[in-house]
Amino acid sequence: MKNDMNAYVPFLSEIKKVIRHTDIEYTFRMEYTGDVKPGQFFEVSIPKYGEAPISVSGIGENTIDLTIRRVGKVTNEIFENYEGDSLYLRGPYGNGFDVKNYQGKELVVIAGGTGLSPVKGVVDYFASHTEEAEKVTLIAGFKSPADVLFKADFEKWQQTIQVIRTVDGAEEGYTGKIGLVTKYIPELPIENPENTVFIVVGPPVMMKFAVAEVLKRGIKEENIWISNERKMCCGIGKCGHCKIGETYICLDGPVFNYADGKNLID
Amino acid sequence: MGYVTTRENMDTILASMSDAYDIFAPKVFEGEGCFSDQDSIRYGKITSLDEMEWERKSEYSFKEALLAVQENLFYFTEDQVTVPKISDKGILIFLRSCDLAAVKRLDQIYLNNGPEDFYYKRLREKAKFILMGCTESCASGFCVSMGTNQSENYDLYLKTDGNQVFADCKDEALAAYFAGAQEKGQAEPADVKPDYVTENAQQVTLPRNLSVDTFKNSIWEEYGNRCIGCGRCNFVCPTCTCFTMQDVYYQENAKVGERRRVWASCQVDGYTDMAGGHAFRKSQGERMRFKVMHKIYDFEKRFGYPMCVGCGRCDDVCPEYISYANCVNRLAKEEQ
Repeated sequence: MKNDMNAYVPFLSEIKKVIRHTDIEYTFRMEYTGDVKPGQFFEVSIPKYGEAPISVSGIGENTIDLTIRRVGKVTNEIFENYEGDSLYLRGPYGNGFDVKNYQGKELVVIAGGTGLSPVKGVVDYFASHTEEAEKVTLIAGFKSPADVLFKADFEKWQQTIQVIRTVDGAEEGYTGKIGLVTKYIPELPIENPENTVFIVVGPPVMMKFAVAEVLKRGIKEENIWISNERKMCCGIGKCGHCKIGETYICLDGPVFNYADGKNLID
Repeated sequence: MGYVTTRENMDTILASMSDAYDIFAPKVFEGEGCFSDQDSIRYGKITSLDEMEWERKSEYSFKEALLAVQENLFYFTEDQVTVPKISDKGILIFLRSCDLAAVKRLDQIYLNNGPEDFYYKRLREKAKFILMGCTESCASGFCVSMGTNQSENYDLYLKTDGNQVFADCKDEALAAYFAGAQEKGQAEPADVKPDYVTENAQQVTLPRNLSVDTFKNSIWEEYGNRCIGCGRCNFVCPTCTCFTMQDVYYQENAKVGERRRVWASCQVDGYTDMAGGHAFRKSQGERMRFKVMHKIYDFEKRFGYPMCVGCGRCDDVCPEYISYANCVNRLAKEEQ
């Protein structure tokens, strides 16, 4: 499958299932066997158009999920593909999340929009292994009710972990929670701040303000993890686009402990 | 092993070398400069000494011999990917000491930062370097400040002096050509040591106390006001390695095409653009800061030595007369 000699040559992967979340966001369940961790990413390519780094949003037996938003040149074309078609992939790249860092802790995952994709594997893991953490809370924010991703997964998660699903705004009559993710951080019940870990993933502005709120709760920087999204043409430390200071997001990240990640200034 | 020979005999040697090697050297491309009636000096293939430019510095570095401006990574049809083959010939590259130091930087990124780069490696493995000495410094270079003025790791050193050519050959395969010439009485042993400069008109002091706080320095904004974001400094730099992927398809059959990588510049719009419109470093000042900090700080922090080799090409080529060397000196001066 993988070309060991030439990292740039992609392999063909069959689309096993297409899950439509919103008009512009689909999950493609792709055929894949091999080691992969939540938070890692694949370079997804369509000949003629190009490549884009896409986070793994779910890991199954011989499959990986790639949740893709119809926003760029490459990503629009992917939406013309259906079950049974194939896409070219290469990867997985990046470090990904290590569930060991969160075992035995009070875990709070804060995700904004498609930022839920890279961390979804971690939520899946602890939602089905609740005994491995003291407590698990997911705060997920979306722009509007129409932008909510992974609806079926939310229903499943709600049965085993604490879930706060919120939207920035909604039309009158909406019964769900309204407000930015930051609204829910001050009131979050935390038993022992020393033993509480946070994962914060989302757009840069959301991450900045969410982390600020988390720090106000007395959580140490070392107990916060973030994941950064950048342009990447190679995924293997060559093309330079994702470099921040001496750090290559593709090689050293995209997941960072906040104690290190806070020093990444573009 | 050192040799002395004549230009004519050296040309005979080069001609036979060119059967086994593609030889790249700085050449004058008449009338191809940016302005009217200006020449362009850049790398091209040669088979004789007369085709080379020995006196003037090449505007572009040797790097395109190892990293094409635009490189075809593979061709694709519907379900097949085909990597293009390359010539069986070796590669000989004429370059100066500063540029030879840049090879180490290219190796660092393409061979030792994450997995090896297939395309770079397959050319690099068969590349040999012919050092051209410097008897006097170029105007803008600051190789002495960067410690790149003298090189030992060349495969062959060549120097022309009138009708005489001096060579010092370290590579076994290349030595055979000179030994052959010696047998025919066309070359004689000689003690040859490469010329190198010990002084430059341009001197640079590297600041030693840079930190994230340097990002806030107001000089970036000042440079940003002058920079027009053309990226020429990146393209002439022998140590800049960035590229962007580009897919092209053929008009005759839209299911067939190729993926290429093309040189990219951190100074040009689009460098950080992501799907959906997020971008970082939108101002030219931030981009200037990013470039300068990479050359003298970030790279060293990761790999243990500065990236810049002091060739001075970026200062030669800037249409806004921005001097990188001066910028670095200003940062150093502020530390005093």
